[in-house]
Amino acid sequence: MNTLILRETTRVLFTLILVFSVATLLRGHDAPGGGFVGGLIASIACSLYVFVADPKDVRRLVRTDPLKTAAAGLSLAVLSGLIGILSGGGTFLSGQWVEIGGVKLGTPLLFDFGVYLVVVGAVLTFVLEIKEPAPEPPARGDK
Amino acid sequence: MAALGIPTARVPVLLRAAVALPAALFAWFCSLVPHVSSGGSLYWEIGWIPQQGIALSFFVDGLSLLFALLITGIGTLIVLYASEYMLGQPQLLRFTAFLLAFMLSMLGLVLADNLIALFIFWELTALTSFLLIGYKHEDAAARRAALQALLVTGVGALAMLAGFVLLGETAGTYSLRELLAGDASLAGASHYPWILALVLAGAFTKSAQYPLHFWLPNAMAAPTPVSAYLHSATMVKAGVFLLARMSPVLGGTEAWSVTLVGFGAVTAVYAALASVTRTDLKQVLAYTTVMALGTCVMFLGLPGEAAGTVHPAAVVAATAFILVHALYKAALFMVVGMIERATGSRDLARHGGLRHVLGPAFAGAALAGVSMAGLPPFIGFVGKELLYSSAYESGFGGFALFAIFAASALVVTSALMVAVLPFFGEMKQSARDAHAVCWQLWIGPVVLGLLGLVAGVATGPVFRALVLPAAAAIAPLPEHFEPGLWHGFSALMLLSLATWAVGALVFWKRPSILSWPAARLDRLPVTGDRVYDATLDGIARFSAALTRRMQSGIQRRYILVVFATLALSVGATLVAKDAIHLPSRVPSVTFGEWALVAVIAASVLTVILTRSRLLAICALGVVGTAISLVFLLRGAPDVALTQLIVETLVVVIVAIVLLKLPDFRNEIRQPLSARWRDGAVAVAVGAATTLVLLAVTERPPQLELTEYFESMAVPGGRGHNIVNVILVDFRALDTLGEISVLVLAAAAVCALMRRRFRYRFDRVQRLQRGHAARSSRARVSREGA
Repeated sequence: MNTLILRETTRVLFTLILVFSVATLLRGHDAPGGGFVGGLIASIACSLYVFVADPKDVRRLVRTDPLKTAAAGLSLAVLSGLIGILSGGGTFLSGQWVEIGGVKLGTPLLFDFGVYLVVVGAVLTFVLEIKEPAPEPPARGDK
Repeated sequence: MAALGIPTARVPVLLRAAVALPAALFAWFCSLVPHVSSGGSLYWEIGWIPQQGIALSFFVDGLSLLFALLITGIGTLIVLYASEYMLGQPQLLRFTAFLLAFMLSMLGLVLADNLIALFIFWELTALTSFLLIGYKHEDAAARRAALQALLVTGVGALAMLAGFVLLGETAGTYSLRELLAGDASLAGASHYPWILALVLAGAFTKSAQYPLHFWLPNAMAAPTPVSAYLHSATMVKAGVFLLARMSPVLGGTEAWSVTLVGFGAVTAVYAALASVTRTDLKQVLAYTTVMALGTCVMFLGLPGEAAGTVHPAAVVAATAFILVHALYKAALFMVVGMIERATGSRDLARHGGLRHVLGPAFAGAALAGVSMAGLPPFIGFVGKELLYSSAYESGFGGFALFAIFAASALVVTSALMVAVLPFFGEMKQSARDAHAVCWQLWIGPVVLGLLGLVAGVATGPVFRALVLPAAAAIAPLPEHFEPGLWHGFSALMLLSLATWAVGALVFWKRPSILSWPAARLDRLPVTGDRVYDATLDGIARFSAALTRRMQSGIQRRYILVVFATLALSVGATLVAKDAIHLPSRVPSVTFGEWALVAVIAASVLTVILTRSRLLAICALGVVGTAISLVFLLRGAPDVALTQLIVETLVVVIVAIVLLKLPDFRNEIRQPLSARWRDGAVAVAVGAATTLVLLAVTERPPQLELTEYFESMAVPGGRGHNIVNVILVDFRALDTLGEISVLVLAAAAVCALMRRRFRYRFDRVQRLQRGHAARSSRARVSREGA
């Protein structure tokens, strides 16, 4: 499974797929794509890496606990909804937009980025938890 | 404490500071007395779920003000008392927080205007009291008592909620103020019997009416300040409060009177008898509390002269008795706490002569005990006289009078037991804790005892300020009612004398008179406590039996059940709705699509026939990929993209799992018949799904939503990809729900994998090794033979 070819291709592919996933996220509002698919693509990059590398290396590479990434994504999504209330839109999750230099930026993009993070975090959690050796069982009392 | 980062030395300071909250609230409620006693009321409202007519609204009238004053006033003394009493116990900060949370819930309960809000606060008192009763959580009895109180009052509260909903829908409003404002009796409504039964279920469980009273004496496992607060003045009175509140709406009917008087009288007499047979001081007090609750319920139920009314004088008597009881009972509980602190025991038989070492406690006990026994010039005397006179006048005259006489006489005995026995006679035990006479401890009982005296002397002003406004909120006041301590000699005076005489006699001859009922009461064949245990055991056994039947632990069987259910239910629906249509026209299929169908068919065959799991998974991935290509050809690029990525991920994840799993193939090879059965289920699921799809596509598609989203995507969502705009803008709340589930699932996977994996795996390996060892031993022994 863990062949030289796969290992070396993964080095290149990992970065490429990640860039592609962000592009998919950003173009999603007007063309096929979006946070969910983008997140899934990024998870594929990570899963590929999990395949060829030690889970410990992957954890070092992504730096944070993937579960925390997912939680951060959820918080970001909720936060983007709160902006709708605070900026006078009145209701939770109503879209708010600003345009800077012809680029439209809005709370739906924040929300979509939250979805992206949740998907990456969740899938990476699944994959890493499965791949990692189980922790030592807790010392059992005398029975 | 250390975990909270607060040094232990500062905890008492924080606890003492906590007194400020109830004290300030008490002062504020006091300032409302003049306004409310002159017939006014106050009202606040905060919108909550306006669409459902649910608002967080509060109002203060005479009844809620009386309760609010008791809750905050006694609350102040209790928090002060607890700040000294609980010193040295673990988790004091948490305890104080629970106590204050309970107080605020209780306040919310009596001030709530909306029925649903009342229910929420009602449940909050149940939850906080659960935490308080179970405070000594290392004690199994305390845990059981806490759970019991929660379950019994919780089940009652659910019934009450149902009653509230029926009530609100029948009356057309959930606002108590509106309910009480009109001539709002629902006695004629068709749902009246149900509403009454359900609301009474809530009130009777909370206010510990026989036979549901058992949780209250058990709840004495709580620390004494908690008992003094929850089980004298506040939580258990919530049921009485509810009955008083609901009296104008539900009261006065025959069903109301018979139920309340019946349950109340039985509870009062039974509990009074039970209290004098106890030897644990807290149990004695707990049962007299049950007696007081029964009395209040009974007098709220007594019928008036006109049909369909409650008895006005009995309502005044019940209201007065709420005040009387709260004052003396909280004081006596605090005294018992001091005795326990000083001597380490609550057993009556082990105490005597404590007046020498616990002077202030004795003073508080004497003052409260005299009020409890109903002697002049204490408020207890006024309360008892009112009970007697209104019982005599009411429609249930003889029965009610006898019940309240018997209960009162026995309460005189209880009062003597609590206020005299531990303090007189020879000293049996030396006080060992100097804290026992600390001012924080004795100030409460003494103040409450003195209040009982002052209120008795100043009966008129106290009644006009507190009792009569409260009674007026329940029923019209009796005509020509003149509150006062002394109304001259009458026949009822003789009854009072008889009460004291009988009470003293029973006290005097306790051992001989009480041995018979004491033995009987302890050996009742059916008690609420046992029914409670049997019910819980039954539920646990049923659940265990169900689990054993349903949970085989074999993944394959679960999947089989799920898919068979799916095929059967969908198939049955299709047949029942006569929805099986073969397509009327053959859709045009291009050559490329035929090719995809061929690829799918070939892959499915590979999945079924191969013996390599990795190949099977990859072939399954090919099936999915081909399907996503179909989506792409049919003009759904977003769905196709997602499907493609998901298929890829599934293959990757399953491959990782397969690489981790041991090779079970030979052990789990199924017999041919089972494989045929699985195949049949699979074909059935496929057929059912296909038929559903055909049935759906047969109808002309509903296009309103599509058109709406198409026209709104750019102006409303500023995006050209409709699918994405729907996901992140129009229906973003749905997406938020979905990603919440995803995060939860990830957390669950973390918990499962980290805690169980190695352990279960170990066990499987151990079992296999054990099995191998046994079979080899068996072989050896056979060969040896």
